[in-house]
Amino acid sequence: MTSTAMVGERTTHDRARRRLRRAGLHLFLIALALLFAWPMLDAVYMSLRPYGEIVINPNGPFSLPGTLNLNNYTAVWNSQNLPGFYWNTAVITIPAVLLTLWISSMLAFAIAKYSWRFNLVVLMIFTAGNLLPPQVIIVPLYRLYLLLPVPPPLSGNGLMYDQFIGLILIHTTFQTGFCTFVLSNYMKTLSKELVEAAQIDGAGVFTIYSRVILPLCRPAMAAMATLLFTWIYNDFFWAMMLFGTGNKRPITAALNNLSGTYFTDPTQIAAISVMAGVPTILLYMFLQRYFIRGLTLGSTKG
Amino acid sequence: MSELEPQALTPAPAPLAGAGVHAPGKKRRHYSLLNRRDKVLLAVMVGIPLFIFVVLIWAMTLVSVVLSFTDWQGNGPIHFVGLDEYTYLFTKYPDFWPALSHNLLWLVFFVCIATPMGILLAVLLDRQIRGSRIYQTIFFMPVVLSLAVVGFIWELQYSPIAGNGFIDSALVATGLINARSAPDWLGDPSINIWAVLVAASWRHIGYIMVLYLAGLKSVDPSLREAAAMDGASERQTFIHVVFPVMAPINVVIVVVTVIESLRAFDIVYIINHGKNGLQLLSTLITNNSISEASLIGRGSAIAVVLLTISLVPIVLYLTRVMRSEDQ
Repeated sequence: MTSTAMVGERTTHDRARRRLRRAGLHLFLIALALLFAWPMLDAVYMSLRPYGEIVINPNGPFSLPGTLNLNNYTAVWNSQNLPGFYWNTAVITIPAVLLTLWISSMLAFAIAKYSWRFNLVVLMIFTAGNLLPPQVIIVPLYRLYLLLPVPPPLSGNGLMYDQFIGLILIHTTFQTGFCTFVLSNYMKTLSKELVEAAQIDGAGVFTIYSRVILPLCRPAMAAMATLLFTWIYNDFFWAMMLFGTGNKRPITAALNNLSGTYFTDPTQIAAISVMAGVPTILLYMFLQRYFIRGLTLGSTKG
Repeated sequence: MSELEPQALTPAPAPLAGAGVHAPGKKRRHYSLLNRRDKVLLAVMVGIPLFIFVVLIWAMTLVSVVLSFTDWQGNGPIHFVGLDEYTYLFTKYPDFWPALSHNLLWLVFFVCIATPMGILLAVLLDRQIRGSRIYQTIFFMPVVLSLAVVGFIWELQYSPIAGNGFIDSALVATGLINARSAPDWLGDPSINIWAVLVAASWRHIGYIMVLYLAGLKSVDPSLREAAAMDGASERQTFIHVVFPVMAPINVVIVVVTVIESLRAFDIVYIINHGKNGLQLLSTLITNNSISEASLIGRGSAIAVVLLTISLVPIVLYLTRVMRSEDQ
């Protein structure tokens, strides 16, 4: 009797302590989440405020709003070629994502489903290359792009430099490393018997790839497509270095053109940043599990 | 073909004699079933991408190394000058040592602060707590933003009073400092690298958190249950049970952290093209050889320094892949 009473007392005591610790944990996480969200929330807030109001206010941006409107967005949209920049992004990103998926799924298939002598070496060449900082190769690549002749339908100036095709090529090449690694890991987890059964039915390599393996890889391919889209959309470095013409740049690199002109008006900078950030944020909101799955596939095996 | 069919389609154990005949051939079945056309197709599938990748990535790396021994300025003949560019970098070039030390500082800051923060968040959020998904969503959100956008967003925070920066305005408005002594977070070369590191960590922490959460989810739950039965506290369980079994993911975390700090470029390029306290090896390369001058030899020599450092995590990663491939 006494012992059970003591145990009961201890458990209520424990429970109270645990509840207190939980509360402390939530307090910490909420504070941190606010801190993390703040720069984004503030950018949205800034973008909705008239510049004149901030300048007049003695506390500058640290003040409550008098008016909130979308004028900064319309101003930026009308004065800058934003539809053009979004179009450039689409022309670069969509083909690069599709090409990367296509090429790396074939590569991964050949590496994961057939054993030949240099299997592992090839996989290593791709993975290691993908880990190199791009700045290591940019100088020779830039010179190469100035030298490489490309026929007219693909290139407007006869070169790789300053052309969409050049950017699509380097994105596809660079991302193929990571994507092949992930997809080949994924394909290795698929049962061997499937391929063998198809072979016995007389299916050729291409049929096995397109009819047997690819359909099974749909979840991994969707995850990769989400990640690739985000990474290529977010690229700043290649676009800055391999495009000389400002109005050909994708939206993220075009931000850099604008920073000089708008440096005095932070509300318009905020509006442009929000517009450049929204597509990937939306993608993330809707396809969160694909993001997570993609990163998980890349870091853990299978 | 017809001989193989029943063998492959029968899951039941084959008679001993049959097993003896077929077992050695089993390994080579892939080859035996490939006809000429299939082999050519496979060679094309691998060969063309491999060729392009080797030319654009590895050959360019080699060309970087070769060019680092020249003083080429982009036109005219190429002269080999031995180690002259390296000597110049190490002894005379004023931006080299600051850049290298900023890269190392970046690395140390990520390794000691940002990455452990990400791991801590992963461990906290891995437990069954209410709203875990919402926290994860918020912490990960900066990761999907372009670093260029990250640079702009943080400029809004860090700008001086005259530029309507939020932090300085808030500090002055609340009376914590007076307007004249308000720090110029991005313009003052003694503090701007720290300001940039905060912005970069803002993005790095969420990335590490997600990678680590994935690893934690893959830990066999019975391990933890066993540890809890043995009376281990949550902290003891993590240090002595979970962390050791996470060895493969820990390697990934280390590699990602090192590579990300060597690749750092976009944020500082947005802020001031990597000058005045924000020099990095990556920005020195492009400033010397592409955007501001055409000193191909010098930029390549800096690229080789960056390459040499990057090879450490790359080799570490490859040995891990090799090892797991052997198993």
